[in-house]
Amino acid sequence: MSWITEPFHYEFMRRALLACVLIGFTNGFLGAYVVLRRLALVADALSHSMLPGLALAAMLIGLNPGGLLLGGLFAAVFVALGGHLVASSSRVKDETAVAALYILAFALGIALIKHARVKVSLEHFLFGNILGIADSDLWTSYAISVLTLLSLVALQRPLLLALFEASVARTQGINVGLLLALIIMLIVLAMVSSLQAVGALLSLGLLVLPAATVYLLCDSCAAMSWGGGVIGMTGAVAGLLISFWADIPSGPAIVMVLGALFIAAYLFGPKYGMASRWLRKRHLHEESLQRWK
Amino acid sequence: MNHDLVIEDLTVSYHRIPAVHHLSVQLKSGSCIGLLGPNGAGKTTLLKALAGLLPVETGRIRFKGREIADGRLITYVPQREAVDWDFPITVRGLAEMGRYSVLGAWKPFGARDDAMVEEAIHVAELEAFADRQIKALSGGQQQRAFLARAWAQEAGIYLLDEPFSGLDKNASAAFAKAIHRLRDSQKLLIVSHHNLADAGELFDHILILNGELVAFGEAAQTLTRPNIDRAYSTKIFSGHKE
Repeated sequence: MSWITEPFHYEFMRRALLACVLIGFTNGFLGAYVVLRRLALVADALSHSMLPGLALAAMLIGLNPGGLLLGGLFAAVFVALGGHLVASSSRVKDETAVAALYILAFALGIALIKHARVKVSLEHFLFGNILGIADSDLWTSYAISVLTLLSLVALQRPLLLALFEASVARTQGINVGLLLALIIMLIVLAMVSSLQAVGALLSLGLLVLPAATVYLLCDSCAAMSWGGGVIGMTGAVAGLLISFWADIPSGPAIVMVLGALFIAAYLFGPKYGMASRWLRKRHLHEESLQRWK
Repeated sequence: MNHDLVIEDLTVSYHRIPAVHHLSVQLKSGSCIGLLGPNGAGKTTLLKALAGLLPVETGRIRFKGREIADGRLITYVPQREAVDWDFPITVRGLAEMGRYSVLGAWKPFGARDDAMVEEAIHVAELEAFADRQIKALSGGQQQRAFLARAWAQEAGIYLLDEPFSGLDKNASAAFAKAIHRLRDSQKLLIVSHHNLADAGELFDHILILNGELVAFGEAAQTLTRPNIDRAYSTKIFSGHKE
């Protein structure tokens, strides 16, 4: 049975597990707002468009958490704000504008990486490596977790009002635009923290899958964020352990565990699952048919 | 007579085109006012301006002698299409949302807040559905759930945008009963509506709009052939279509 405790003997695994707890919970918690506001595709676009910012930062200040933040900031401003600007000032709709800008940013990033003084591995950016997580990455994740959770909990009421009915929130003096910008910034921060762990391509899984799973299981906003956090945390830890035991890359293992939970909820959720909807006792229609027999 | 909501020389633009021109009207609490007029007459624009969602170009709006800047005085119920019905929230959760504007972002719920929430559910006659998701309600119940939230907010003015659209006869009757109960509790209701046939029964006062004020007064005196013809058959202003 020593194989069960084996991962905990290694320093790099203990650090990776701690990172999974922090990143998994924070992303899952924030994911509730992403799912409720239907921002999953915008988040996907943001994750890709961090590349040019990252390459620029690597050229200017080297590869470090500060550089990552700079990359994220570039993504947020160029894609989220720029997309909003293009959509509101032309006939192009939001999702088209965001897609157009993010793919442009991604192409620019790949071209720029060639010229970065510090070597940026594209594979590392796309897929991450949680086992190589450094102290500075852990501290960054920790700071981002605290900031994200505190702001989401503190602003829960205005956020819910703004997400549910923006116009009504505005009549109550809530600055809806500012709150949405905050969500976008928090998404970027969450992506920065999960970049090292699962990479840009898979970071969306940590953000969206836990909340989407809870959305199929429960009917309350509070349960969505806290439940999303718990699922994200356990899924990330389970995925990392499985990756160790099965000797597969950790990022894909984490996302596959979270994806399996989502599919299980889709199929077997007690209220909204497919299986329970098929098995639910038919009523009225068959009763009325009986009456005619 | 003591008027509560005083609108003076109000002009509001929608997408930079004036949609309501120089409207002056005085309304009393304890009345249920039907806002009628053809499509593009500025009904939604007027409601949004009263709710503070659109800037006022000229004129002023005062409630009980004060400028209405305080969102708590007013509750706005948008058209059904503007609501995300998949949002995970129950009737009680919706009524609790009404208290947010009273409590702010952090103040916890107290006994009075809980009582207001229960009262709101009672006023909307939704006790049996309090823990149901808003998606699982019928159209009429959904509209009443939003009234419950407005009641919990303790607002003085209720702005309802086409609440009767899509409701069948029974649901309309139940909704009318609910808004009349609010009127009898000295609330001021301004309700945009497009069906001329039942407006006389639903509202005690009628405001007919077509870019500018066509007529305002008690329902029986206002819903006359000449007024309706003036609003619907002539184009007073080439108002922007809403």
